[in-house]
Formats: sequence, C-alpha cells, structure tokens
Amino acid sequence: MATNILMPALSPTMEEGKLAKWLVKEGDIVKSGTILAEIETDKATMEFEAVDEGKIGKILVAEGSEGVKVNSPIAVLLEEGESADAAPAVKKDIPAAMKDIGDAVKKEVAPKVDAAKAAPAAAPAAKADGGRVFASPLAKRIAADKGIDLSGVSGTGPRGRIVKSDVENAKPGAARPAAAAPASAGGGGIPGVAPLPDARLLYPAGSYEETPHDNMRKAIAKRLTSAKTLIPHYYLTVDCNLDALMAVREKMNAAAPKGKDKVPAYKLSVNDFIMKASAMALMKHPDVNASWTDTAILRHKDADVGVAVALDFGLITPIIFKAQTKGLVEISNEVKTLAGLAKEKKLKPNQYEGGGFSVSNLGMYGIKNFTSIINPPQSCIIAVGAGEERPVVKNGKIEISTVMTVTMSADHRVVDGGTGAKFLQTLKQFIEEPASMLL
Amino acid sequence: MADSYDVIVVGGGPGGYVCAIRCAQLGLKTAVVERDRMGGICLNWGCIPTKALLRSSEIWHLMHRLDEYGFSADNFKFDIEKIVKRSRAVSKQLSDGVSFLMKKHKITVILGEAKLAGKGKLSVTKDSKAIDYTAKNIVLATGARARTMPGLEPDGKLIWTYREAMVPTMFPKSLLVVGSGAIGIEFASFYRTLGAEVTVVEILDRVMPVEDEEISAMAAKAFTKQGMKLKLGTQVTALKKGTDNVTCSLKDKAGKTEDITVDRVILAMGIVGNVENIGLEAAGIKVDRTHIVAGKYGETGVDGVWAIGDLVGGPWLAHKAMHEGVIVAEKIAGVKGVHPLNTANVAGCTYCWPQVASVGMTEAKAKETGRKIKVGKFPFIGNGKAIALGEVEGMIKTVFDATTGELLGAHMIGAEVTELIQGYVIAKTGELTDAELSHTIFPHPTLSEMMHEAVLAADGAALHI
Repeated sequence: MATNILMPALSPTMEEGKLAKWLVKEGDIVKSGTILAEIETDKATMEFEAVDEGKIGKILVAEGSEGVKVNSPIAVLLEEGESADAAPAVKKDIPAAMKDIGDAVKKEVAPKVDAAKAAPAAAPAAKADGGRVFASPLAKRIAADKGIDLSGVSGTGPRGRIVKSDVENAKPGAARPAAAAPASAGGGGIPGVAPLPDARLLYPAGSYEETPHDNMRKAIAKRLTSAKTLIPHYYLTVDCNLDALMAVREKMNAAAPKGKDKVPAYKLSVNDFIMKASAMALMKHPDVNASWTDTAILRHKDADVGVAVALDFGLITPIIFKAQTKGLVEISNEVKTLAGLAKEKKLKPNQYEGGGFSVSNLGMYGIKNFTSIINPPQSCIIAVGAGEERPVVKNGKIEISTVMTVTMSADHRVVDGGTGAKFLQTLKQFIEEPASMLL
Repeated sequence: MADSYDVIVVGGGPGGYVCAIRCAQLGLKTAVVERDRMGGICLNWGCIPTKALLRSSEIWHLMHRLDEYGFSADNFKFDIEKIVKRSRAVSKQLSDGVSFLMKKHKITVILGEAKLAGKGKLSVTKDSKAIDYTAKNIVLATGARARTMPGLEPDGKLIWTYREAMVPTMFPKSLLVVGSGAIGIEFASFYRTLGAEVTVVEILDRVMPVEDEEISAMAAKAFTKQGMKLKLGTQVTALKKGTDNVTCSLKDKAGKTEDITVDRVILAMGIVGNVENIGLEAAGIKVDRTHIVAGKYGETGVDGVWAIGDLVGGPWLAHKAMHEGVIVAEKIAGVKGVHPLNTANVAGCTYCWPQVASVGMTEAKAKETGRKIKVGKFPFIGNGKAIALGEVEGMIKTVFDATTGELLGAHMIGAEVTELIQGYVIAKTGELTDAELSHTIFPHPTLSEMMHEAVLAADGAALHI
C-alpha cells in the first residue's frame, strides 16, 4: 500500500522547515536508513532517513521549498509492484505514516528514554494559551499567603507541577517571566483574564481587508504587551521652555560648514538636543539609567540612549551608545544613519538591543502630549511633544515662549517617583539652558 | 573478556532488583550480582517472612477470642515447625517470583560476591573463582545486617539475631529482646502472642523511640497489658551463656542492676551497612561509619558508581530502597525530571500487635521547628468498623502546620494501620492540605474514616466524638 512520507520534526519544537535538497528521485528504491533529503530548520540542516523500504513514487514538495509544515506529505512511497497512480488513494494512510515517522523522530531525539513518560524538567507554569496552572494545593495556599503570582513560578514537581519548595523560593509579587508572557495577540495567557475575542467575529466578512502579521508586527505586539502588562508604569510630565535652545540651535546650524555641494555638514534638530540632554541627565542620575532583574537592579555605566524611529511598516528603537561622550553633531549624524538603516531593515541586533533609556518624539506631528510604553530592559522612556508657542506667565506677566511638554514613563520597580522627578528636573534644566551641558 | 553491561547492580534485594527492572525497562543491558537468594534480606530474612510469622500469631490471638465472636473450640495448639515452614514457603515463593521477573526483563543474574575493580570494572567471585565484568554503571545495593556490640554478639544458638529468630527450631519459654525498634518489637510481639515470657530492653526511655511520644506510650501500655515486660532506659551490660539459657545483666539509668535468666536472647540494636569487601576504599568512595555517603540521586562521587538502599543513609526501609533504585535507574538512562527522594514522605510500618505506622514529623519534632501547629486525634473506639471488628484499641493522630495547612506528620496505632498510612503518604506527596483532606469523602464503614476524623479533629470538627 502506498504511504505518504511526511515532513519530519527534527527537534521537539520544530513546526516547519525548508526542504533543502532531495537526495533521491522518483523511481528510486529506498530502504530503511536511506538518506532521502536534507531538511533545513532555522538552526541547522539535517539528513532525513527513510524508515520503511519501497520505491519513491512521487515527490510532492520540490526541493528548495520553504515553510514546509511538519507532518505534511512530501513524497509518496510505493510498495513493490505499485504504480505512482496509487498516490491519490494515499490520504487514508497518513495517520499510520505519521506514527512511523513520529516514532523514528522520537528515537532520534531521546534514545532509550520512554519519551511519553519522561516529564519535562521545568515546564512553564502557565500554558501560553492561558491554560490552568498546575500547582499542589499546598503550593497554592502558600502562594496566596505570600502574594505570589503562580503564573510566574516554574514548577519542579512531577510533570512541571508547582510544589511547596517552588513557592517557598519565590519572591512575593514575582513577575511572570517575559518568555511566559501571553503569546497570542488576543491577550490571553493570564489566569483569570479572558482572552479578547477575535475581532473578525464582530465585523461582516468583506467589510475589511486582512493584512497578515509580519515578524515585526508580531514582535511589537508581543513585546509591548509584555512590557505594558508586566512593568508597573507611572508617568511624570514637565514643560520645557525652548526659547534658549531654539536660539542656540539656529546659531549652530547657521554656522555649519558647507561642503562643495553647498550641503551643510550638519543640521541639528531639537531632538538631537534632547538626546544629548538625556545622556547628560542620565549620568547625573544613575538610578534612572538602570534595568530590573528578579534578583538585582543593574545600573548602567554609560548613557546608551535609544531613539524611537517610526517606519512605514512598524517601529524600532536604535541606540546611540555612550551618548554622554558624543557631541551634538556626532549624535545628530548617528541618529540619521541609524534611522536610514532602520528604514532599509538593515539594523543589526547590536544596534537596537539593550540601552538604558529611550526618547520617543512625536512633536513633528503636532502632538502636544502623550505617554510611551517602556522599552525593556530599560526602565524609562520620555515622550516628547511639539515645541509650540504658548502663553507663559513670567514675573506676573503673560509672555509668549516656545514650550514643549515631556512625559516620562518609569518602571516603578526601579525608579521611584522622587527619583524620576529629580531626573526630569535635571533634564528640563539641560534643555532650557543648553549651555549648562557644557559645565 | 567477560560480558559487558550498561548497568550491573550489586545486590538482589528490594533496592537492587527494582533498580535492575527499571534499568531493563529503560532499554539498558542489565545484570544483577547476588551472593545468596534473589530478594535479599527483605524477601528472605526480613519484611516478608516475619509478616508470615505475625499472621500466624494473629490467628493464635484470635483463637483465644473465639467465644467473643461466637465460636467454641478447645484443645487448639500451635506447631512452631509448621509456622516456620509456612513462613519459609512464603519467602521462597516470592524469591522465585523475583527470579522470574529477572528472566522476564532479560536481566542476567550473576551469582557470587562482587567487588569494584577499577573504572567500569567489577570482579565477581564464586567458589574462589573470580570473573571480571565491565559496566558503564555500577549500582551498589549490598544492604545491611544486624548491629552487634562488644559483649553482645550473637552465637546463633542461644543469642539470636533476626536471622535465627525467624527460624526457631524450638519455642523458647522466655526471651529477652534487646532493642525496641521495628525489628525487636515485631519479634517480641510474635513470641509474646504465642505465649513466651518476653522482656524488652530499650536503652532510651520509651519503646519505638522514633515514633511519636504519644504512640510510644500507647504501644507500651498495650504491650504491658499483653504481659510483655518493658525495661526502658536500661542497657544490657553482659550476657552469660548457660547450657540452654542466658543470664542477662541489666543496668538502668539510676544505676540499678538486675540479672534475668532467659531461654534465648534476640539482638535488635539496629543495622550496619555492608560496606566491607566491595572495594569502596580503593575506588575512593566515602563511607561515614557503616554507610556510603551518597548524593540525592545516589551518586557516590565516583563516576559511574551509584549506591542505594540500606547501604546509604536512612530510613533503612525496603520501600525507600526500591524508590532509590528507580531514581538511579532513571538517572542512568537520562530520563528528564527525576526527583530526589523526600524522606519526609517515607512511611514506617511496624507489624506488632497493635500495629504502628507513621509518616513525617512527630508532634514534638513539628513543635521544634518553631511553627504554629495543630494536632488532630481520633480513637478506634469511635469508629464503627473498628467496633464491628472487635479492634477498639488504637488511635490516629495528625500534625498540621496551622498556617499553611500542610500535613507535617501522621501517626497511627491499632489494627491494620499499616494498610491505612498510604492515604496520608499520598496526601503528603501530592501536597494536599487539611482542606482537601477535610473535603474528601471516606467510605463508610471503614477504618479509614478515622483518618478523616483525625483531620477534622485538628480543627475541633471531628464528627463522631
């Protein structure tokens, strides 16, 4: 009877892979152990062996095909005397063939171990789909007494069950690790919180266009959901008078040397000043330039300041590393270079991962005031609004000044209110009197 | 070159043979070395044959209560030879059963005495001929034997250990048992029930000193009522052998001395691990007194050599050895998620009359930890099934952490409690709290209802008292 050869799972987590190369062709006789194909996963290329003997009747998936789902048929194996025409009747046999290959993979992955009985060493406590947390009654009771969220605790008991010793070692209010954060955009995954319904259910079909998520959209959804869910945000708002900064900026830009093509060597933006001011203020307030971990706060020695860059297809925050050592022109040019790379999707991870602080500026869109979501592992981000002429009361008189509103989002686990406020005070001072940055 | 194995287990007792079966189940090529009979002390000279003996003495006890149950008979007697014969037959049946299990799992049984002989090597001597075997892993499970002390040495004739006490050729009229742990008390109970004058000497100030104090006291009361003489806080200073009796010199805490002459003496002063002549020193395996110092998964510190059971730390119980056997087998096979053994969840059972069983902390131990505890108790006299059985002597006691509801310990004395204790063991292993136990519906009428009542009693909510 003809059977389907199925795409193998070469690792327990593999969901799909690339059929890199066929090493047999239609009509070839194979026996158990014959290398059929090379399969490429995101991590490695591996050889795929036949489990049964027979003749390759038909190759269903051409070599070079990407995203071939595990357990989907990739070829048809015929028994002696069968013709390739038997292929259409094959579908019924898929489950049997899957089992064979499943067994073969099991042997490959875990020799001699009874895979069905072997418990995972430390399975995540909560299923990604928000399923129930497995914990002993005693562990639940202790967790409730100590105020521990069991969804953030990994179990070491049988089959990953949370037991007494797990909660005894956990800290009250232990945060759910980012890895276990809700994966679905529906917002499920937190026990007791209902996942949001699929929006498609609420609109008539055909009344919308559907754009499948690309990787950046998935990453934004996942990361920002985790950040906003897991980090205790609070917000501080301050107005900054830009009169002095605007004057300095005008002078400096006017003084920029021009090249042969009459293009000035630099053109400083208000944001470049804010980047510089942030770096200087961070050096004065190391408590703000810090990252949370479950066991310690990491205070960063350099002011690595991220700048949110809006893209047509999403958002990314490249980082000006050691911004405290860089001048305005250097910062300005580096921001331009990084933004350019970001737009071409050419940023490398080491250009946007880490950082101690971020600046998000929507002033160019006329936004007066907004709040940002913290960009972990950083603890603070400032949301910068538009510099606009506003009436200002000075010495009992109303005057007109250019004023910009800055709102900082802070992680309360790391930065307490007073600490954040002092930092903003310093930042405001640097922005309002740019010359003080020279001190 | 002799055969080579993935695992060779040294010792075919409950730890060793279970380890071997689990290894075989996990696809490892396995052999067991045994110097005597498969099943070790447990099946041949311990747990099992004594249970057969105690069953006989239980029936004898019931025969004396025939009238109470509505029967009449007279002129009944027992034949110690037949009682022993039955006990031996039970042992043989089970030992043969283990040999069959070895065959079934294709485990090679090598007869002889084994000794570590360098990395991955084991030398097995049988009839002065040594054969070398190689194994990727060697599991030492050589067990233990009775402890002896200077002046208190068994001779196998007048002064016995469990080994001789189990196969008496005559029934002693009087007996002195040294030590009131599980082994001593079981023999004391067996011989006393069959009519021997039994004196138990215990160096500590209570019988069954590892048990909860209250249980010890109740046991002592029951034994005394049965006519057993208990000499607590007393030691044996000398044993003087006569032609067919032994004169024992006793000294109590106050310094008072006393001589007692008995037909036979049973030494039950604990056990020592069989650490000799297995090549431990040359292999560099650490021994503390008479036991191997093993890691929580049976590691000995020497690559590829593991140790389990009575040979390592306590509690020295067959079921603990079996579980360690499984742990080591799974560690060797690379099974994920293997958990170390938690001694707090290992129950102890003594099959004297009345039976005693316990798991976890005694009330005193729980108090010592400084936590707030609550204790529940329920007597057999309040249980319908116990009254119907005519077994109204006994009690069940629970010790809970008052804050978390954790079951810290459970202690029982009375009929069939050795069969009941597992309920609390499951509760402890599954980390059930007083809440789950309270909400469990126990079947009526059973002795197990007392387990429920003892939980409720911890909150002053017992229903039938």
